[in-house]
Amino acid sequence: MSTNVIEQHGNKDVKLPIYMDNHATTRTDPRVLEEMLPYFTEHFGNAASRNHEFGWVAEQAVEQSRERIAKLIGATSKEIIFTSGATESNNLAIKGVAEMYREKGNHIITQAIEHKAVLDTCKRLEKHGFRVTYLPVQKDGRIDLDDLKRAMDDKTILVSIMTANNEIGVLQPIREIGALCHERGVLFHTDAVQAIGKVPFNVIQDNVDLASITAHKLYGPKGVGALYVRRKNPRVQLVAQIDGGGHERGMRSGTLNVPGIVGLGKACEIANLGMAEESKKMSVLRDRLKDKIMGQLDEVYINGSMEHRLPNNLNISFAYVEGESLLMGINDIAVSSGSACTSATLEPSYVLKGLGAGDDLAHSSIRFGLGRFNTEAEVDYVAQRVVETVTRLRELSPLYEMAKEGIDLSKVQWAAEPTH
Amino acid sequence: MAYSDKVLDHYTNPRNVGSLDKSSSEVGTGLVGAPECGDVMKLQIKVNPVTNIIEDAKFKTFGCGSAIASSSLATEWVKGKTVDEALQIKNTEIVKELSLPPVKIHCSVLAEDAIRAAIGDWKKKHASQDQPAAAVAQQA
Repeated sequence: MSTNVIEQHGNKDVKLPIYMDNHATTRTDPRVLEEMLPYFTEHFGNAASRNHEFGWVAEQAVEQSRERIAKLIGATSKEIIFTSGATESNNLAIKGVAEMYREKGNHIITQAIEHKAVLDTCKRLEKHGFRVTYLPVQKDGRIDLDDLKRAMDDKTILVSIMTANNEIGVLQPIREIGALCHERGVLFHTDAVQAIGKVPFNVIQDNVDLASITAHKLYGPKGVGALYVRRKNPRVQLVAQIDGGGHERGMRSGTLNVPGIVGLGKACEIANLGMAEESKKMSVLRDRLKDKIMGQLDEVYINGSMEHRLPNNLNISFAYVEGESLLMGINDIAVSSGSACTSATLEPSYVLKGLGAGDDLAHSSIRFGLGRFNTEAEVDYVAQRVVETVTRLRELSPLYEMAKEGIDLSKVQWAAEPTH
Repeated sequence: MAYSDKVLDHYTNPRNVGSLDKSSSEVGTGLVGAPECGDVMKLQIKVNPVTNIIEDAKFKTFGCGSAIASSSLATEWVKGKTVDEALQIKNTEIVKELSLPPVKIHCSVLAEDAIRAAIGDWKKKHASQDQPAAAVAQQA
């Protein structure tokens, strides 16, 4: 950022702009970067070079990284397959299983508020003769396990349900989902990118067969991720989606991104050592932000369960205020909105719509994603700026005025807009 | 997305924010858009009964920065014009003045709709009172 402004807030200095969009990506931890750097320069070898020192050093670093990742999620190192990130991991898990187990069945179950990397992968499979069930979520953002039971049939081969949602941070009951899958001999994949390093996640205890991981959501670099593929009880097989030199036990060809992999491993090691403490800090900061905002504004609604939620996520709708205009007013703070105006598709967030929140509240939503580097002073500054801006925009809002006059906005006959 | 300086100016210092007495015979009120679409504009005009000149205009908008800027600009532009002159304002002129990108053109369309709706409401009040002839022009 070219403009770093120091703002006096209370007695503490706050450096602007403030980054509070850690579900989108995180800053690479300096400890991670430091560990990566030698693998660009003196240790630049190809991990697949078996007959010289350069290759051995690179391979050793990759294997150490595999172990660090495995340790964080309760797996063994042979169960970690490196990829370019979670989009690829999700594609490999779902398409790889679909292709491998096609003889057994052609039915896949997922849910409506998955990431597009899962939803669009499933949609593509539908074009190739697979049947996909998209489970709805309840008002709190979690699936109903009875819906899942009812959706399963003798053709079901895979269930793919995320551990934590990227917009609302809601945690799904993955342990129960995994148990159900195992009872029925169905494989369970979970996109765990938002949860890993934030909340305890253990592939054995949580009955997970495949899990997608990415480095850049946990203070590692972009462009590297992993897929956990269970090797026993049951042994999961995949059809590779990228053909080539047969790297990663034939599941994912392509020269390994050694510096990135080293970064992912280091990020996992840091997360493993400090998770309990860091999660506590996140939830204290998050609750401080929530209490300050909700203490000063009326008609503010939290989207999704507060009980089953990532410690660093807050997703709020500010009734009568449109999200993009709110972002514009707090332009020294990086957050995101479910408003249509901020999305490429000009549709409001399908995740919030999935909760049954109504399009109007989806348009009014802001996602705050706290991270390792946020401070209490930043939280206080953000809360104050949000409160001021919402108050100002409500003065400008015809909806707020109508609501204050006692008009029920849901009963108003709105004039149709020609462009929508 | 980067906003033009003019959009930022109207967003930061919106002109003519407020409400007029919608029951007054001199006031026309337009309410367009829908909360589900992410934008609602209320634009009001106060018309001199003798000269048909719009003497005052107020707005309130729920919507993105470009929607706020479009309606703020619309109130500036209608003030001092006669009702018939105000009806000539085109959304393309708003797009040009505010340098709106293609994805924000609907904001300017909505502002034009708001002007027409406000004038339509004012004409309706007069058609039902003493100027039945105005009812024809209302279809414009």
